[in-house]
Amino acid sequence: MSASAEATVLITHAVGLHARPSVKFTKLAKTFAAEVEVAVAANGPWFDAKSIVKVMAAKAPKGTLLHIRARGDGASKAVEALVGLVQRDFDEGADHARSA
Amino acid sequence: MRIDGIPASPGYAEGPLFDLDQPPAAYQGKANATEERAALEAAIGKAVSRLAALVDAADGDAAGILEFHIAMLEDDALSGPAFASIGSGQPADAAWRAALDSEVAGYEASDQDYFRARAADLRDIRDQVLRAMGEDGEVATPQGAILYGEDIAPTRFLETDWSEGGGIALKRGSTASHVAMLARSRGVPMVVGLGATAGPLTGNALLDAEHGAIVFSPSPAEVETFRQSASSFADRQGAARTFLTEPAVTKAGTAVRVQVNIAYPSDVDGIDIATCDGVGLMRTEFLFGKTLPDEETQYHAYRKVLEWAGDKPVTIRTVDAGGDKPVPGFTVEETNPFLGLRGIRLSLARRDIFRVQIRALLRAAIHGNLKVMFPMIATSDEYSQAAALFVEAQGALAARGVAHRLPPLGIMVEVPSVALAPEAFADVAFFSIGSNDLTQYVMAAARDNAAVAHLNSVRHPAVLRLIAAVAAFGRDKGIPVSLCGDAGGDPAAIPALLEAGLRDLSVAPAQLAMAKAAIADVAV
Repeated sequence: MSASAEATVLITHAVGLHARPSVKFTKLAKTFAAEVEVAVAANGPWFDAKSIVKVMAAKAPKGTLLHIRARGDGASKAVEALVGLVQRDFDEGADHARSA
Repeated sequence: MRIDGIPASPGYAEGPLFDLDQPPAAYQGKANATEERAALEAAIGKAVSRLAALVDAADGDAAGILEFHIAMLEDDALSGPAFASIGSGQPADAAWRAALDSEVAGYEASDQDYFRARAADLRDIRDQVLRAMGEDGEVATPQGAILYGEDIAPTRFLETDWSEGGGIALKRGSTASHVAMLARSRGVPMVVGLGATAGPLTGNALLDAEHGAIVFSPSPAEVETFRQSASSFADRQGAARTFLTEPAVTKAGTAVRVQVNIAYPSDVDGIDIATCDGVGLMRTEFLFGKTLPDEETQYHAYRKVLEWAGDKPVTIRTVDAGGDKPVPGFTVEETNPFLGLRGIRLSLARRDIFRVQIRALLRAAIHGNLKVMFPMIATSDEYSQAAALFVEAQGALAARGVAHRLPPLGIMVEVPSVALAPEAFADVAFFSIGSNDLTQYVMAAARDNAAVAHLNSVRHPAVLRLIAAVAAFGRDKGIPVSLCGDAGGDPAAIPALLEAGLRDLSVAPAQLAMAKAAIADVAV
């Protein structure tokens, strides 16, 4: 199993890869057997995409070019799915729509 | 000892103080590392299941926060360093605290507001586990207590049993916070902005959340005065209930329309339509809480409220995102969001999203007496552009043979430019004064900042003069004028609003009875 894939995607979500977006991102990453990592720069450091603590630690705000790479079973599918999630703005407006 | 603050949710509470900032119950060390490890695992598990139970009862953003906390707690990367320290001889509580404090420090060091704000979440997560680790394990706050501290976590509010009374007294806090909104809707007395001076944290305290004060170690005389005020408040509330089912009329016999403000379609489930004159403000931001809502979701939400109201009017405000109501994926980050791209400005900038809402409104209009208003209008051109989009969408629906109706289109009066020069808006169907924003813009005092709360008064002559001018303009031109800010339900502000010429107020459902009672006292 030497399958591997890599891609970059621009984060357009207002608060970046954080809190609720991270919950969705890591949940999706965990559905793949492949080892998946993210980074905010091409040369790393790379963070485990299945760990919300690590993904949050990447501190990727809006406008970040997010690097995603995967190795192993379903690597390209994993990268494709995660890129799609980021492009769809994590299928949300998240944190709060407070009323006043 | 009495400390003054700002009322965030009216009412009175007398009871023992509960220190929100106290360290959790002492942890009893275990015999060896294996047991320490088990204790930490059990505490994390307990915290997760407690949060999971809260998620079921929460909605919208509260659920989102809780889900984030759960995901963090379930991530081995969070607890890994703590388990490693246990392996090298540390007790579980110290190991967990050190591991989480280091995470908190990481967030606090961030140069971005949003990331820094997550430090509070990490502290909340840290304390949830520490509390679960305490010997009794149970974290329930005593019933009937006054919760006193710097600030209060939403999880703490949600897991407290308020059935036996009690209240919240915060040194900082905000009347616009999530917990403040929850407190108002559940009738839990709450005062914020009490400042750093701490009273003695033992014994009973008196919380006056009608005027905004807390009394520590009260004297018998203070207790007596307090109980009189509390019972007078309860009497007024009780008396108000008798006003609830009657139309509102002043002492002089002037009829006043009283409508309700709602945020969620489900809000109307607990309201008898016979007790109000319609919905003066239905916010639509809630629909934009989780995802950008599709047309069907919006259509059904609007239709539900219209059918509930029957032939009484329902005024729906197009999405008012931005300012203190960011919607990721829709609003933009700005250094001064209250003066930025919010309300109608944002809708006109994101027409793809606005058109979906417009279609849903046009289709829902056939199910009741719908009126639609635009928030944050500053110029007549904005109104014309928004109205043109309605006409354009109407044409498209007609061409497709979809049932619809064009509702009357009005505007919020909250930007001072409109109140100062209303003549540019002689062709709108109605005005609704948003007194919260109008006041903060006239007084240049943010409404979510305790430090300038004394400036943020709708009863300042400058604000009242603008309200009176808009009311007079409406009378002149035959344009209905109502008011839908918090002031409409404030018994202290109601006399001044009626004197300014208003005869149509929209209030929070919980304030309906008190507002009608206050109106009956006015001699206008």
